[in-house]
Amino acid sequence: MATVSSRNPVLYRRRVTRGAKHLMLIGFGLVMLYPLLWMISSSLKPEELIFREPGLIPSEITFENYTQGWNALAHPFSYYLWNSALITILSVVGNLAACSLAAYSFARLNFPLKKLWFALMLGTIMLPLHVVIVPQYIMFSQLDMINTIWPLILPKFLAHDSFFIFLMVQFIRTLPRELDEAAAIDGAGYWRTFFRVILPLCTPALTTTAIFTFIWTWNDFFSQLLYLNNPDNFTVPVALRSFLDSSGESSWGPMFAMSIIALGPIFGFFLAGQKYLIRGMATTGLK
Amino acid sequence: MVDSLSLKPEAAAPAPAPAVKRGRGRPQPSLRSRREAWAAHLFLVPWFIGLFLITIGPIVASFYLSFTDYSLLEEAKWVGLENYIKLFTEDPRFWTSLKVTAVYVVVSVPLQLAFALALALLLDRGLRGLSFYRSIYYLPSLLGGSVAIAILWRKIFGADGLVNAILAVFGIQGTSYVNNPDTALSTLILLHVWTFGAPMVIFLAGLRQIPSSYYEAASIDGAGTLQQFKSITLPLLTPIIFFNLVLEIIKSFQSFTQSFIVSNGTGGPTDSTLFYTLYLYTKGFKDYEMGYASALAWVLVVIIAALTGINFLASKYWVFYGDSK
Repeated sequence: MATVSSRNPVLYRRRVTRGAKHLMLIGFGLVMLYPLLWMISSSLKPEELIFREPGLIPSEITFENYTQGWNALAHPFSYYLWNSALITILSVVGNLAACSLAAYSFARLNFPLKKLWFALMLGTIMLPLHVVIVPQYIMFSQLDMINTIWPLILPKFLAHDSFFIFLMVQFIRTLPRELDEAAAIDGAGYWRTFFRVILPLCTPALTTTAIFTFIWTWNDFFSQLLYLNNPDNFTVPVALRSFLDSSGESSWGPMFAMSIIALGPIFGFFLAGQKYLIRGMATTGLK
Repeated sequence: MVDSLSLKPEAAAPAPAPAVKRGRGRPQPSLRSRREAWAAHLFLVPWFIGLFLITIGPIVASFYLSFTDYSLLEEAKWVGLENYIKLFTEDPRFWTSLKVTAVYVVVSVPLQLAFALALALLLDRGLRGLSFYRSIYYLPSLLGGSVAIAILWRKIFGADGLVNAILAVFGIQGTSYVNNPDTALSTLILLHVWTFGAPMVIFLAGLRQIPSSYYEAASIDGAGTLQQFKSITLPLLTPIIFFNLVLEIIKSFQSFTQSFIVSNGTGGPTDSTLFYTLYLYTKGFKDYEMGYASALAWVLVVIIAALTGINFLASKYWVFYGDSK
């Protein structure tokens, strides 16, 4: 191979440019990921070494930051992880159930004022959260729901994230209508058609919804900061924030360690669900 | 692909159920279509409840509250336009937050999209390891909005942070970038640019939709790479650039977490990172001036709507929708 390309100047040149391109892409990727890698490596260094070594390879490895960070707050960190997990899982369930029901109706059924409702649904996608947050807060505080998980999960069970309705509508429209008709001939009603025919075929869209909901809820800070003020209800982001608040400019090692634990599940979902994430981005962006 | 970006409801599937005439009088909807409508509404029940209870209701309430003085403890007191007048004439922090947010959006969105487009172009065209690179570049946009990354950012640009540690290798002594009012906002802009992966993925999908026959034809006609980019890639990509632009402007105008964590909830140093939403949060949920916060929210809605409107109007002059439109 090498002799062929060294003899053929065009091929040789193409090879060199391709190699240069890969080098550039890898180099740039490293720069992009350097902060993350540095955080991981710093979390394994003794506190006093963190800022003396900008390099990635720790000269001394310790897990002390992890044990220290885990127990730095009122509860062990697993407590906050559980709080976050509970809210996140319920949010995923809520979004999957409520959004798929609505999406089936919009994509397949006919009813009066459908266009109006559909336009309203699209309109709420772009609506800034801040225009509803004050009255929502007042409402939830009058219902005595501050410091409970309700303000965080109830909106999901009411299909508040209309972005996902839109995503599923787009997906259901690509399924052949003959399926519905065949089911109807077999005597299936709308509910059975939805549950037995449409929903199973929607798995890719449902997966995309589940992964995005997971990541967004896990990362969400604003509403969790707003509704959870009691340390007993803190989720991971709010706990990290209070950690930062209480320790000021010290204990960066333990804070990095807990930050990495906080990012762990997202990273896991990213690895497992990349395909769906990227497809979801691409289809909602384009279709 | 060409008009696939228009988020219009026209495409709503029409499935006309034939109206059956019954006896005399007007045509009645058939039993079947009535059953269908009934089922459709049942499927939409959660969404309907949500729409009225946590969207439309609060929108109306927030509009009303913006004309009142309300602190959650006492009854709302009607004050007319006072909140808005105060906002525009006597509240320097409102103007500061508006300016900070505007600078943030105007600088970071184009930069982010430029990076996204450049990398998408490099990654296109059957490059080996495409999905590997795409994942690496996409990862930061998933993590970027989290508290953990904001904490990391604060430390990277802190006095004894990573940047200064690297500079120290070259014998340069730096200061804290997050505590300096001149540079604090730039660190947040950098964080936004770092998350260019999401628009990049959308660009990549758009690039894939351009038929390769266009490029073949162009190269037969002797068009070079640059010429092809200018006459094929760029025009056909404008709808996607437009889509990303609209989306990112709306999104970045509402950024909150980064500014909150990096400034520890203050918007400091000297309000140099006081994002609009952070100011709104402070007014509404720290000072409990909920009427005032509602007024702030409505100003934000008007700004975002106006920007989006301007974007759509301007798009006529630069977005290429092909001949089919």
